[in-house]
Amino acid sequence: MAEMDTSGGGHKKGPGVKKSKKLSTRVDLTPMVDLGFLLITFFIFTTTMSQATAMKLILPKDADKPEDQNKAKQSGVITILLGKDNHVFYYEGELDNTASNFKSSSFHDIREVLINKKNSVKELKDFVVILKPSDFCTYRNVVDILDEMTINVCTRYALVDISDVETQLVKKSDEMAAAQGN
Amino acid sequence: MGRAKLPRKSTSIDMTAMCDVAFLLLSFFILTTKFKPSEAIAVTIPKSVAAKVAPSKDFVQVIIDKDGKVFLEIEDESIKETLGNALNNTKNLGMDVKAFKKALFYGAPFGNLRAFLELPEDQRKGNLLPGIPVQDTAHNELTDWMAQVLSAYQGKKPFFLLKGDNLAKFPAFKAVITAFKKNDILKFQMVTSPEGVPVGTDLWKKAQSGEKRDE
Repeated sequence: MAEMDTSGGGHKKGPGVKKSKKLSTRVDLTPMVDLGFLLITFFIFTTTMSQATAMKLILPKDADKPEDQNKAKQSGVITILLGKDNHVFYYEGELDNTASNFKSSSFHDIREVLINKKNSVKELKDFVVILKPSDFCTYRNVVDILDEMTINVCTRYALVDISDVETQLVKKSDEMAAAQGN
Repeated sequence: MGRAKLPRKSTSIDMTAMCDVAFLLLSFFILTTKFKPSEAIAVTIPKSVAAKVAPSKDFVQVIIDKDGKVFLEIEDESIKETLGNALNNTKNLGMDVKAFKKALFYGAPFGNLRAFLELPEDQRKGNLLPGIPVQDTAHNELTDWMAQVLSAYQGKKPFFLLKGDNLAKFPAFKAVITAFKKNDILKFQMVTSPEGVPVGTDLWKKAQSGEKRDE
């Protein structure tokens, strides 16, 4: 107990001697306990927060010969392109000559697009997502779109180099979007 | 008739024991917490729904900072020693292997590596260093680094981690992937900070039905 015996042996003092006041040395420890537990909670929270997680990415081996490459049905393919300033573009199937099926989207809306495409594909194994990050997008964009694959359970996806035609398209659309923004 | 006196009990409880427990736990948590070492390279990592905790042992980590500069971090000291000797032999760098072993990370072209190691530890800050040159496809030095790291591990497989900054541009990332691919490192993990799974998505439904995630 946080208390000390200050009574001094209990022997009686003479009648002329004044009794000195007995001060209790007992301290209320409740606030200290509060503080202790508060600090504990703080430490527990901060330690679990800083734990980083890891996202696995498995790269395909580069196929040199065209006949080794994986083939995908056109109807089930969606290609997603990443541009500057978090712009997202996509097209379904193959890009046609006039680029009429080249559509603009955003990180917010692309989930809807993916879900719709996934549901419209007849056989799930034909559903393939091709990701083409352009040179202007950031690392975060790539991680976000890969995360989107996990979120929507797209099992077949590939990170592919962008072609020149597509780079031009993305560049043009980026500029258009920037002009509209101003 | 006098009433029987009930002994008056004090309602205040002695807090000493509880206080002891609280502070014992507190000191335990403080002592067991590993503080993040002050990072020489400032990197803000992106968020993802990945739930697996990043490995903290046996890893080789490539860091991309916000300017697209690439750094290499190796955890195992004995590997670093082997690596330092191998680099000295193959590239004739004349580095101090002890300093190489002690360095927390590497971020200079092979030609400047010796000067890099002569810098005192507290002056090796990410924004002042050149980083490992990767952007030039013909002289992607990370490819050489990874080849040497792999041979230092002698067939054992470390975890390959990639820690990139949110703002790093894609070409730097692509260059790192290329370096990995050239050395047949096809599996690697990207370090992210955790985020909740959005409600209503397929992954969320899967988690609700109790299916385990394949990671």
